[in-house]
Amino acid sequence: MSSVAAKKGLGASILEYLTTVDHKKIAHLYLGTGGFFFLLGGIEALFIRIQLMKPNNNFVSEQLFNEIMTMHGTTMIFLAAMPILFAFMNAVVPLQIGARDVAFPFLNALGFWLFFFGGLFLNLSWFLGGAPDAGWTSYASLSLRSEGHGIDFYTLGLQISGFGTLISGINFLATIINMRAPGMSFMRMPLFTWTTFVASALILLAFPPLTIGIFLLMFDRLFSSNFFDVTMGGNTIIWEHFFWIFGHPEVYILVLPAFGIFSEIIPTFSRKRLFGYSSMVFATVLIGFLGFMVWAHHMFTTGLGNVANAIFAIATMAIAVPTGIKIFNWLLTMWGGSIKITVPMLYSLGFIPSFVIGGVTGVMQAVAPLDYQLHDTYFIVAHFHYVIIGGVVFAILAATHFYWPKIFGTKLSEKLGYVTFTLFFIGFHCTFFVQHFLGLMGMPRRVATYLPGQGLELGNLISSIGALLMAVAVITLLINIIMTSIRNKKVGADPWEDGRTMEWAIASPPPYYNFKQTPLVRGLDTWWIEKMEGKKELTPAEPLGNIHMPNNSILPLFIAFGLFVAAFGAMYNPLNSVGDGKSWGVPLLIIGLAITFGSMLIRSLRDDFGYHIHKEDLLEDDKGGKVG
Amino acid sequence: MKFWRLSFLFLLLTLVLSGCGEPFLSTLKPAGEVAETQLTLLFISTSIMIFVIAVVVIIYTIVLIRFRRKKGEENKIPKQVEGSHKLEIIWTVIPILLILSLSVPTVAATFKLGDVKDMDIVDKEGNREALVVNVRANLYWWEFEYPDLGIVTSQDLIVPTDEKIYFNLKASDVKHSFWVPAAGGKMDTNTDNENKFYLVFDKEKADEAGNLFYGKCAELCGPSHAYMDFKVKAVSRDEFNQWATAMQKNKEEVQPTSDLAKQGQEVFQENNCIACHAVTANDARPETARTAPNLADFGNRTRIAGILEHNEENLKAWIQNPEKFKPGNQMYKEANLSEEELDALAEYLMGLKVQE
Amino acid sequence: MNTEERFTLLNWPDHPETQTLEGKNKFLGFWLFLAGETVLFASLFATYLALKDSVPDSTHPLAKDLFNLPLVFVMTMLLLTSSLTSVYAIYHMRNYQFKKLQAWFVITVLLGVGFLSLEIYEFTHYVHEYHFTFGSSAFSSAYYTLVGTHGAHVTFGLCWIIALLVRNAKRGLNLYNAPKYYVASLYWHFIDVVWVFIFTVVYLIGKVG
Repeated sequence: MSSVAAKKGLGASILEYLTTVDHKKIAHLYLGTGGFFFLLGGIEALFIRIQLMKPNNNFVSEQLFNEIMTMHGTTMIFLAAMPILFAFMNAVVPLQIGARDVAFPFLNALGFWLFFFGGLFLNLSWFLGGAPDAGWTSYASLSLRSEGHGIDFYTLGLQISGFGTLISGINFLATIINMRAPGMSFMRMPLFTWTTFVASALILLAFPPLTIGIFLLMFDRLFSSNFFDVTMGGNTIIWEHFFWIFGHPEVYILVLPAFGIFSEIIPTFSRKRLFGYSSMVFATVLIGFLGFMVWAHHMFTTGLGNVANAIFAIATMAIAVPTGIKIFNWLLTMWGGSIKITVPMLYSLGFIPSFVIGGVTGVMQAVAPLDYQLHDTYFIVAHFHYVIIGGVVFAILAATHFYWPKIFGTKLSEKLGYVTFTLFFIGFHCTFFVQHFLGLMGMPRRVATYLPGQGLELGNLISSIGALLMAVAVITLLINIIMTSIRNKKVGADPWEDGRTMEWAIASPPPYYNFKQTPLVRGLDTWWIEKMEGKKELTPAEPLGNIHMPNNSILPLFIAFGLFVAAFGAMYNPLNSVGDGKSWGVPLLIIGLAITFGSMLIRSLRDDFGYHIHKEDLLEDDKGGKVG
Repeated sequence: MKFWRLSFLFLLLTLVLSGCGEPFLSTLKPAGEVAETQLTLLFISTSIMIFVIAVVVIIYTIVLIRFRRKKGEENKIPKQVEGSHKLEIIWTVIPILLILSLSVPTVAATFKLGDVKDMDIVDKEGNREALVVNVRANLYWWEFEYPDLGIVTSQDLIVPTDEKIYFNLKASDVKHSFWVPAAGGKMDTNTDNENKFYLVFDKEKADEAGNLFYGKCAELCGPSHAYMDFKVKAVSRDEFNQWATAMQKNKEEVQPTSDLAKQGQEVFQENNCIACHAVTANDARPETARTAPNLADFGNRTRIAGILEHNEENLKAWIQNPEKFKPGNQMYKEANLSEEELDALAEYLMGLKVQE
Repeated sequence: MNTEERFTLLNWPDHPETQTLEGKNKFLGFWLFLAGETVLFASLFATYLALKDSVPDSTHPLAKDLFNLPLVFVMTMLLLTSSLTSVYAIYHMRNYQFKKLQAWFVITVLLGVGFLSLEIYEFTHYVHEYHFTFGSSAFSSAYYTLVGTHGAHVTFGLCWIIALLVRNAKRGLNLYNAPKYYVASLYWHFIDVVWVFIFTVVYLIGKVG
């Protein structure tokens, strides 16, 4: 089942995407689905800010507010930010290391479909009795009591999409370790690959505790266990520990790839190599490592004791050091360079001050006794939005512009990009800067409304206005995407002209086999080296020969779909705490698991050797200009 | 352009940090030594961070001004610099030093603010010297028990100024968090264990704030999380003793004087309100039986249900339809009392006072 | 190297599982997966340790009232031996002795089924004799989740090895299915190591500590 079809109808295209194992098409899937969830999460944010625009507002009811607030956080982190970052990792990392695909193409597809069905399941809650309402952190005592199935959608949906994330993490680790082109030692890897590598290691080690935490909550709610039931000996603080042992590395999983993206963009548009490459690598690894040592800074007010609080306070402050190293290295990359302010560069320039503000408020929160005031207030909301939007979202918007040519073969409008950036940047600061003060002035977070006469009205109004600006900005981005797609003006391999790494040496988009011949890597910033020597192509590491490619398969979709079905069965099983168990619950659970394990069995029982592209066809491709 | 916007924002920050918000609610207007310690930490950490931001902004600005690609230099390739060991060391060591200096006040304050060992000091007769309040957080109300004084009250916390008040904190249903921003940071009330901390209320600051501080629940607990306010009345030691004595004398129910109030008392008993709501301060029932706010001295409370202005109209509206004001509350959703019954009940409840 | 190629003992590589790129990837990928599984079981152990003494009242049994060390010892011997037999199987795989490879894996499966049967017997015994069910207490929930998750892993491993035995019966040994056997044996060793920890932390400490 190769994808060399010359003429494609819509049905064939849809089938291709449902069965693809090609990392480039999987990137499209992640980008589209993640983008959709980003819009959904953005609408949820808009509703939050409309409700909080004035005191005692009743735009939404209190219960609905809790659901919207919960879904905003859960959607943005799990269904928007992570998948979109995976989109760029899929699109770019194999190209950056000179590989033809990832280590496990089948599992790559499975990772996507698990995310898809997990996200779908979670959002079906809106139509099936109510969304989860206990915050994205879903603390155990509240989430056990939550009426209706909202929390069950949370646990089951995140469990399914979490498996997908875990699988993808393993995939990228194996790919980066085993499949680098000849000559590419670890210290010649581009920074985006390095950050993908460390983030994948974090995924591998941080998602299992979340898996366990969610299983415990699921078992308590659906199968009458007692992990968090204090009357039966349970302990709710265990949930907090598991959630944050996952939760803190999670934010580094989000931000490290963002750092990687900026480490590609800044050297490109400064025409200068990344300053302090080895320090940047070292800082990345150190951040990843330290990220596991600090989780209890989310629990300073839980009552762990003075010694625990003091230790975690110091450990948290320590992370500022490697992060600061990175900021200075980026600045010094630009120093002495020839800076061209394209849209990706604009986002990078917006990132530096914004992220630094977010980072320093983080260090302030690390001061445990100060955090007793700041915790669970709008100060914290301000902090994490500064680092997530200023860091991750800016990186995503930058990468969207930067990598659009490589992914789709066209180039987004720079002019519209400037408009998007300006509106978004102003709106972002407008919304979140004032929230630092709202928190200091006594406004707790996760409040559906606030009373008048406490000095909180003006700040909230300003904050809401910023949200409207950001919404308009996103609309301009959508217009940009639509217009660019309609115009469909194709660009070449290196449309930004100053590409340094190997993805810019091949066509935009690349042929489905990526490299006709595996390239030979002669140093860091491989493509730049070749360009500086006047070469028009990468140096090959092998003669032209047959290329081995993996087959498409519908099985990943079925494996994920089976879990989706099983989740419904588990949720409506007769033992559940909501009390609306149905007799078809357990049979449905079994059927779903049978679909999943059955598909896995089918996969195992058959031999799948892939197929070969013959040397002759590769030469044809050259002549006929076919790029698949 | 960005530089000016940022510096304006930081000017704003400094101005604002020097005192913003309401004196009864803002952490920037500390009303006691705990909040003052925390505000000092805010100043120290902010100053260090502003220094860091300034360094970054300066380099950033220079870069943007000097190194933009100029016309005619479209083909210039700048010198590719690998890095600088010296610079790496500088910008590693200096932040480490900054952090070490921040750690010292951090650790010191952690242990100081977490030092509750004086809670258990007893005098020659074996009586505890410090004032201890047992805080029990519920959906969506607060119970305050003074174990050494034999007093149980709710929603309004009365404390003396200028001394350490120790708190034992726990929750009866889900996790909440006890926070009086003007007086100090918060501490979670867990269902699994009891947490301890202390606060101090400064007399002058209390006077400035009208002797009434706002307390908030600071952990999402359900739809009415935002409505779980409580109040702290910080008064002089003498006034506190007066109140405590009056509450202690309130062993038997204050008998209603007017006919309407007597009628109200009947309504109160017929509808079995007494099953949950004690009306005297010496409620000896175990915690699990104290499922509703204690109503002793209700007539002197500052709010109804923590959020409504304390008047008869609000009281009647609350009693008739609590779900409307606090969705998800554990009382009941709606009553079906007649206008007459509500009037009587309100008169009765407003008359529950231990002192004028 | 062509994965479908036919070999003889002379040209069969010493480490067939990593001769192809796919084999190398599977080898690495599976070790990474086991790292994640280690953290998973570590979390379950942490939960168990936190809750092992947590019962609502004294009528609920604790570890010392329940566990039967002789039975658990027999289970341990069965599982440890099955790990040894899987080592023999891989040894024969390296020596291109397909029939012996299959035979030793069959013995592995039989020993594993023995372990599982005893564990099922153990659980039903607790339920019927002590009313010690999943929902009895926090301790019971933690116990069944930890030991049950291990049991589920054993079950999955058995199905996996049986599937391999069945699928390869007519195909014989080649570079395509050698990594499959190798990875399955890694998995089997892993759950054996986890059992050693369970035996120590749950049963020994439960009776003695």
